[in-house]
Amino acid sequence: MRVVRDTGWMVVRQARNLMREPIWIALLLIQPMIWLLLYGQLFSRVPSLRGGASTYVEFLMPGIVVMNAFFGGTWAGMAMISDLDRKVVDRFLATPASRLSIVLSQVIRSGLTATIQAFIILLVGLALGVRVHAGLPGWIVVLVIGALVAMVFAGISNGIALLVRNEATMIAAANFVGLPLMFLSSILIQQRVMPAWMSSVSRFNPVNWGVEASRDAVVVGGHWGAVGGYTLLLLGLTAVTSMFATWTFRMYQRSL
Amino acid sequence: MQELRKRYGEVQALDGVTFAVRDGEVFGLLGPNGAGKSTTVRVLTTLTKPDAGHALVAGHDVVRHPNRARKAIGYVPQDSGIDRQATGRENLMLQGRIYGMRGSTLRARVSELMELVGLADAADRVVRGYSGGMRRRLDIALGLVHRPKVLFLDEPTTGLDPEARVAMWVEVDRLARQESLTILLTTHYLEEADQLADRLAIVSRGRIVVEGTPEELKRGLQGELVTVELGETDGRTLDAMRVVEQFPGARETNVDGRHVRTRVPNGAQAIPALLASLDTAGITVASVTTARPSLDDVYLHYTGREFAADDTAATAA
Repeated sequence: MRVVRDTGWMVVRQARNLMREPIWIALLLIQPMIWLLLYGQLFSRVPSLRGGASTYVEFLMPGIVVMNAFFGGTWAGMAMISDLDRKVVDRFLATPASRLSIVLSQVIRSGLTATIQAFIILLVGLALGVRVHAGLPGWIVVLVIGALVAMVFAGISNGIALLVRNEATMIAAANFVGLPLMFLSSILIQQRVMPAWMSSVSRFNPVNWGVEASRDAVVVGGHWGAVGGYTLLLLGLTAVTSMFATWTFRMYQRSL
Repeated sequence: MQELRKRYGEVQALDGVTFAVRDGEVFGLLGPNGAGKSTTVRVLTTLTKPDAGHALVAGHDVVRHPNRARKAIGYVPQDSGIDRQATGRENLMLQGRIYGMRGSTLRARVSELMELVGLADAADRVVRGYSGGMRRRLDIALGLVHRPKVLFLDEPTTGLDPEARVAMWVEVDRLARQESLTILLTTHYLEEADQLADRLAIVSRGRIVVEGTPEELKRGLQGELVTVELGETDGRTLDAMRVVEQFPGARETNVDGRHVRTRVPNGAQAIPALLASLDTAGITVASVTTARPSLDDVYLHYTGREFAADDTAATAA
């Protein structure tokens, strides 16, 4: 199928560009490392924050994987803006390339990046003595959830990028959603110690769905029903936000 | 293409553009920025849909069968479209794959093109390090990967230095023959249209105002331009104009400060007699020049506006 084939080649293009700047992946990882090492130490003496986890780092690690994926996804639209500005998109549009592949490749690339970063964070966690209680399936859950969370937000981010087509506005939009969604989740503290209203709101936060699923795999292991439910929710939402991005892409085409 | 119309909000970008390009020719669309050249190209390359009218490219209707048209065309957009983080070769390989080319056929074609546009040595370097001229040549190679029948070159030399521009003209001319292409070229450089185009159309405010070979258009002006510079301007300019106007064969006479301009069938022959009659009228002449009509004159003639002035106005707006 043309969509699959074209998307594949476009993902290859983006992955190669990313590999050409490994410094970029490193930079994206420094922030989660700081969170993990610094905050892991800072809050380690407050047991009420970490739920049933044996250490705060164990509690924090799956949250940081999701936070990293979430931030990566939020910024995914920047690559689209750069391609729009440099008329790479227009060049593809004059070819028989699948229109869908131009958008989908951006979303999938974001998912791939998040998976690689999740893997590195898992390794760092291992070095800090974090054991994934669900074992190998747990590792897979963390990687898949990382990819899905990134793709959910990459869909929204690309949609916004195609609407605003301007880097400054894009940065403002990403910052606007970034921090609130992070604090309205159980990335840093368990849901039970949140104010009641926050805890209720967080139930509808896709970032939190990801955190709950990956934390279950790392800290508890075995609530496969709940993990599966969150995975399906994220999968459905990925489809929805990708459709949003595709719709805004049609609007861009009409504006030409 | 017939009666193409396209409106962007308040701006009627295309107001009934109609023209036909013959197989294997280089056709130039000439006009100032904002005249509708690029919009025309965007319609023909299926990037945008016209509000009205229809267009065939290599026999395919661009609205009804866009993918068939896309396979037959190569598009070199005004502002590049290269992936700067990839190498020249990687750019070309991806482009070829999008057109469904594979394996050794694609690899051979890419190497051939790199050679053809003189980038063989730079093929595996990242595009960010390319000069403007090199990027432009890669742009053209990108448009040629799948051996299209028709190539669209939108402002191919804008932003290049004069040396690179001339090199590009030679290149385009050679490619047109080697790859037996039909080329549709847009430009706002009169010189460029004169150099490259077999036939051309002048576009102004979304309409084609005239169409023909550069020679035909110049001949259509009938005659050479004679400019008489008056020695003194003590109220005799109108007298001078009257003398020139009554000269046999003189057309389109006008005055601009100390200069009286007119068109005569043969400038060299007319000058002695013209000078004599001015002398008889007691008018002193500082200098006389004749010029064969240039595309500049053609443009001025058909649009009633100076090309350069119009261009600046369009940029300012």
